[in-house]
Amino acid sequence: MNLHLKKIIFYAAILLAGIFAPIAFPAYTFQFAVLWLMILFALTWDILGGQMGYNSLGNILFFGAGMYICTVVQIGMYYDVGEYTAHFGAVKIDFTPYQYFTGIAAGLVLAGIACLGLAVVFGWIVFGLRGPYFAIGTLGVAIAAGELVGAWDYVGAGGGISLPNYPGGPGDREMFFYILCFVSAVCTFIFLKWLYSTRFQLALNAIRDDEEKAEAMGIHTNRYKTIAWSFAAFFLGISGGIFGNMTGFIEPLEVAFPTVTFGIFMVLMVLLGGKGTLWGPVIGAIIFHVIKELTWTYLLGWQWVALGALIIINVVYFQQGIMGWAQEKWPELFGITVDEAVASAEENSTADKEAVI
Amino acid sequence: MNKIIQVKDVNKSFGGVIANHNISMDVEESKITGLIGPNGSGKTTLFNSIVGYHPIDSGTIQFENREISQLKVQKIARLGILRTFQQTRIYSKMNCVKNMLISAAHHNTKWLDMFTEYPQEMTERAEHLLEFVGLYSKRFLISGDLSFGQQKLLEFAMALMNEPKVLLLDEPTAGINPTLINGLIDRLKRANQEFGITLFVIEHNMRVVMNLAESIYCLAHGEMLAHGTPEEIKQDQNVIDAYLGAH
Repeated sequence: MNLHLKKIIFYAAILLAGIFAPIAFPAYTFQFAVLWLMILFALTWDILGGQMGYNSLGNILFFGAGMYICTVVQIGMYYDVGEYTAHFGAVKIDFTPYQYFTGIAAGLVLAGIACLGLAVVFGWIVFGLRGPYFAIGTLGVAIAAGELVGAWDYVGAGGGISLPNYPGGPGDREMFFYILCFVSAVCTFIFLKWLYSTRFQLALNAIRDDEEKAEAMGIHTNRYKTIAWSFAAFFLGISGGIFGNMTGFIEPLEVAFPTVTFGIFMVLMVLLGGKGTLWGPVIGAIIFHVIKELTWTYLLGWQWVALGALIIINVVYFQQGIMGWAQEKWPELFGITVDEAVASAEENSTADKEAVI
Repeated sequence: MNKIIQVKDVNKSFGGVIANHNISMDVEESKITGLIGPNGSGKTTLFNSIVGYHPIDSGTIQFENREISQLKVQKIARLGILRTFQQTRIYSKMNCVKNMLISAAHHNTKWLDMFTEYPQEMTERAEHLLEFVGLYSKRFLISGDLSFGQQKLLEFAMALMNEPKVLLLDEPTAGINPTLINGLIDRLKRANQEFGITLFVIEHNMRVVMNLAESIYCLAHGEMLAHGTPEEIKQDQNVIDAYLGAH
């Protein structure tokens, strides 16, 4: 069987698993949906953290911003947002199916685009920072965003916003959001698979390995950094919009800008799976999510301890992650080989040359 | 003779330390110019000033009759002045071919080119240049795993890949074993003659610089001490004193 066919079967199997998982195990639909979002988080974090070597702790900013932008657009298309949030709890407004679906479609698209724009603006501010300063700087921006939204009455301030009700049964609702999560994660993966086949990836890797050298070679480093972050922000913004609707209620600290849960999880998943690879984040997200759900179910009370232990083991003993470890163990599978035939011929010719010198 | 780089009255100090004091010098087009001087005499500072790594305090630096002392590093690199580093800098987690490809010139790329693949002829050119420096068989190895000397050769090949007009080499033979040095001198000369790249070389190894350069400048204590052909420099009493520590 040739390699091409194997690949097609492999990808088809994953797609089929993605489609049939919630049908086979309907009780876990919400969990599967979150798993796809986790994969999306890991993939988008890796664009900067893995490929470009910029460890952002503030990517959650775009998740939260996307969530709020999507919500405001959804409501704002048919009602006055200020009035809606002010009447929260007192007046229950029903959205017709048409209003609901057009709102969510427009909301998600605008959330993605607006976050892309936000990344350009924030990138301009934080990309002057390097190393740990960048990590802390981005974390600061994300925390500040949460606090700002928490003080903004128009979007419900700390009290949050209740999202429009899904016009249909609970089973349909779960399936609808599962499909949104599934499609957005798959689109992210396909987009990155393409992106990493272009010159763009090499430029990001060059910035990771030695940014000063990249500048000295004339690479437009700021352009690449900003665009890379905008891509991450675009997909994260959409994922935020989906997650907000999925939970049905959003507020700034726990749901929209959860720096200590989702914000850190996206880093851990990538470290576990292997930074700077396409599959590392996917594998890391799956393993992480399974471990997290298992400990939350069977080690309740100790779940954070278990998670902390996993982090420590990962960071101390297993820094290269699963894909990095595989690359060290089987380098030839990753194309890291000496061209033997040429090498022996070359040795002869250099030996000749040196004899002449 | 056409002067491709013209440095005039350049001053640069770091706090109280005067690294370059009233330096004036020229690099002639398609020639090899050498720059020597004891440790700490300001050679690398002068290099850094030319490529825009730090702003100069006063003076002018012109490249092809265009003032470049206010431009940024990337902009100067895209104009065609490239430098290699004393400590050797390569993209250590990428393989050699990728190191080469990303080093291809950026001055004539369009915005959307960043989302395209490298054309086949560029890969071929990369492999050809790797062959030129003797790294062809190791082209798929992670460059950080190469020996120091091989990394130096790779950095040189990357610079050639960029097709610069002027290449500033900061101690190209430091840390390279004597047999490889001969090969490197040969390759530097070929880069100059076959690819028409003007070279400006900082070098401590007198045998190398005398062999290579047609015109040599000598710096000491941040000042220009002497300028001349290799023969003149060899005879210059000031240069001999500077190296033997008479200053």
